[in-house]
Amino acid sequence: MIPQLTMGPIQYHWPAPQWKDFYMRIADEAPVDVVYIGEVICSKRAPFYEPLYEEVADYLKKAGKKVIFSTLAEVMIKHDRKMVSGMTALEDVLVEANDTSALYYLSGKPHTIGPFMNVYNEETLTFLTLNGAEHACFPTELPEASLSVLSRRANHLGITTEVQVYGRIPLALSARCYHARAHGRVKDNCQFVCENDADGMELKTLKGQPFLSVNGIATMSHTCLNLAQEIETLTGMGITHYRLSPHSHDMVKVSKLFRDLLSNKADPASVTEELKKIRPDIPFSNGFFHRTRGYEWLQQRESA
Amino acid sequence: MAYNEMAAGPQFSFQNLPRRLLAPLPLPLLQPILSRVIRKTAENRPELFGRLGIHQNKTYLVDPTNMPFVFLLTPDSSQPRLRACRRGRHAPSYDARIAGTFLTLLNMIDGSLDGDALFFTRDLIVEGDTEAVVVLRNALDDLDGSIVDDLADQFGPLGRAAVSALRRIRRDS
Amino acid sequence: MKQPSMQRPELVCPAGTPAALRTAVDAGADAVYCGFQNATNARNFPGLNFTPEEMKQGLAYAHERGAKVLLAANTFPPAGKFDLWKQAIDMAHGFGVDAIIVADIGVADYAHRTYPDQRLHLSVQAGASSPEAIKFYCRSFDIKRVVLPRILTVQEIKAVHNEIPCEIEAFIFGNIGMMAEGRCSLTNYATGISTNMDGVCSPAGDVHYDEDKDRNLTTRLGEFTIDCFSCGEKAGYPTICKGRYVTKDHKEPYYAFEEPISLNLTALLPELMKAGVTALKIEGRQRSKAYVEAVVSSFRETIDAYMNGEEPELNDLLALTEGNKQTEGAFKSKRWR
Repeated sequence: MIPQLTMGPIQYHWPAPQWKDFYMRIADEAPVDVVYIGEVICSKRAPFYEPLYEEVADYLKKAGKKVIFSTLAEVMIKHDRKMVSGMTALEDVLVEANDTSALYYLSGKPHTIGPFMNVYNEETLTFLTLNGAEHACFPTELPEASLSVLSRRANHLGITTEVQVYGRIPLALSARCYHARAHGRVKDNCQFVCENDADGMELKTLKGQPFLSVNGIATMSHTCLNLAQEIETLTGMGITHYRLSPHSHDMVKVSKLFRDLLSNKADPASVTEELKKIRPDIPFSNGFFHRTRGYEWLQQRESA
Repeated sequence: MAYNEMAAGPQFSFQNLPRRLLAPLPLPLLQPILSRVIRKTAENRPELFGRLGIHQNKTYLVDPTNMPFVFLLTPDSSQPRLRACRRGRHAPSYDARIAGTFLTLLNMIDGSLDGDALFFTRDLIVEGDTEAVVVLRNALDDLDGSIVDDLADQFGPLGRAAVSALRRIRRDS
Repeated sequence: MKQPSMQRPELVCPAGTPAALRTAVDAGADAVYCGFQNATNARNFPGLNFTPEEMKQGLAYAHERGAKVLLAANTFPPAGKFDLWKQAIDMAHGFGVDAIIVADIGVADYAHRTYPDQRLHLSVQAGASSPEAIKFYCRSFDIKRVVLPRILTVQEIKAVHNEIPCEIEAFIFGNIGMMAEGRCSLTNYATGISTNMDGVCSPAGDVHYDEDKDRNLTTRLGEFTIDCFSCGEKAGYPTICKGRYVTKDHKEPYYAFEEPISLNLTALLPELMKAGVTALKIEGRQRSKAYVEAVVSSFRETIDAYMNGEEPELNDLLALTEGNKQTEGAFKSKRWR
């Protein structure tokens, strides 16, 4: 199978016009095969985008993209639950489950598994496949050895697989909104302050070292995951799909670079060089893949 | 409750008692006693060393902050070592340091106070290899009965009397 | 309408070591939970937990005294290492533990298929925070009890109770992490050790304490400074979600997630019991027997008093709490979020 490039769901709270323009431009210009839409972080944000889903999905489909709807990652209150039951009830739509409440509705129906689901091992993958999953995007903290075992099992089960290769890493979810907290508010009266930070709010340590970034109830890495160097290994082990996680910078350019990489038209070093030019203020990381500290960036040695 | 009272630790009026009691004791006299204590403990409590695992050969600086000397402990099951050093001039090298008043340390070793709570109240200071400290704390905590009573027993009636005097101080403070 | 009655709740207590297990049982625990000495449980701390032999002895001690033993096998096996978790399930079942606490779907499936009669509880690490999520696990693996995340109000717990086919276990005391359990890679990001796969949050080997001559205490996790406590200021665990940070708007360091604080629901116990909670859980397998003794006996007394229709004197456990601060957290009000 030719490696597929995917655009993950937008993690951040962008103004609705920006949100829509992003997808229109992706449809028109980005060489990606699959696009995920849907609010995965906060159910309070969803009403801004929901009226646009149909139009955007149609536009993407007309541009030849496969569209998958992603469900909310943390489901707790009534409104969250309604979002999940609503999305999973849609006809003729493929849904990505990001928590087990979605699986409650999707069991027995074809669906995909998102990176917020804890698919750490081949036994879980097997169970979920028998439950109706036809594709799985693995958690970002999985190291190479585990991905390799999972990929082998997936091939055996006849399902496709995905790994995030670009973008800040979602590290934790919470019931509490840390954007609201930073502004002396609580989740219920947040006034959507998360809209101020298109790529998250940076948290630095007491020593001034950049560490994490806050995105509503989600805590993300400060660093930007970049597995350009590891793509060859990933394709070698049989991973079929490669996910880019959207940021406010030029994601069309980012997707073109990864497309070139997947088609062997560019090498990892030059792609990384180009990526750095797009967003020089955020350092890269690939530690999780190499079973070390997630924030670390291990530079591949030049092959002789 | 004992916890609250002990949490107020530093104001403890008998605080300097151990220093006064032990200050005149010359180190050459103390050393054979310590060697015997650690040897006997290793004999009587072999289960302690199982939990220590790879940390058996670490050197712990046990630092009772109100005493004139500090202790260096290497809880190696085959060759356990415990020696006292006078505080000050030549700082001995160690992997981990555990510091607190004599009674704080005694109560923690004895299992009557919670190490985490002592850390939260800042009565316990931990430095260096944190994992080694956590392992030692967990291993000690799994011992049944009182290791302090064991020690006292090694010194017969006088030892037991000393420990019950310390317990009284703890209760009354 | 009939006033909801109070069922006698099961008091579920932590046992990090065999000595703590005996202490908990003697102090009045109805059940203790514990784990093996490896990554199969979420308190895989050095020097803690049970060898198979110790587990057998602990079970005998508890059963002789009418207490149950729950085995925590509540981490997520990374692909390629599943056998270790299988072994834990096989052993626990062979020893006759009263229930196995699971989080991973693969582990739950293995336990359920291999030992259909083995009672299974769903760990808080599974992060099942809605009735649908809980029902998915009940339907798939015949889960008998769910340990609820510490994010719901008592009213919400009551609503969940009415919608699910299994028992509820709720935390009443101890450390509260701020992140959804089983969905946090912060430790792995900073240290390379995964909470989900290795069973450790803020591993001691990566924790560094530095106290200067003025007694200011700086705590570090790996390369990152987590907090700095001034002299005399009460401290907390060196966990990322209890640290102080700065942002573009907060030049002064602030607790971006939560301050060092522990959960204490003593005053909410009657409400919880009326909400349909079957079991009340005390956190703290990493704590000493002194903690276990104090907390378990305190809650034993309080629960017994409530059951006898008395108004108990509320015991003071503040000295054992993180930062010497306690909270009713999410249980009291939605404003906690």
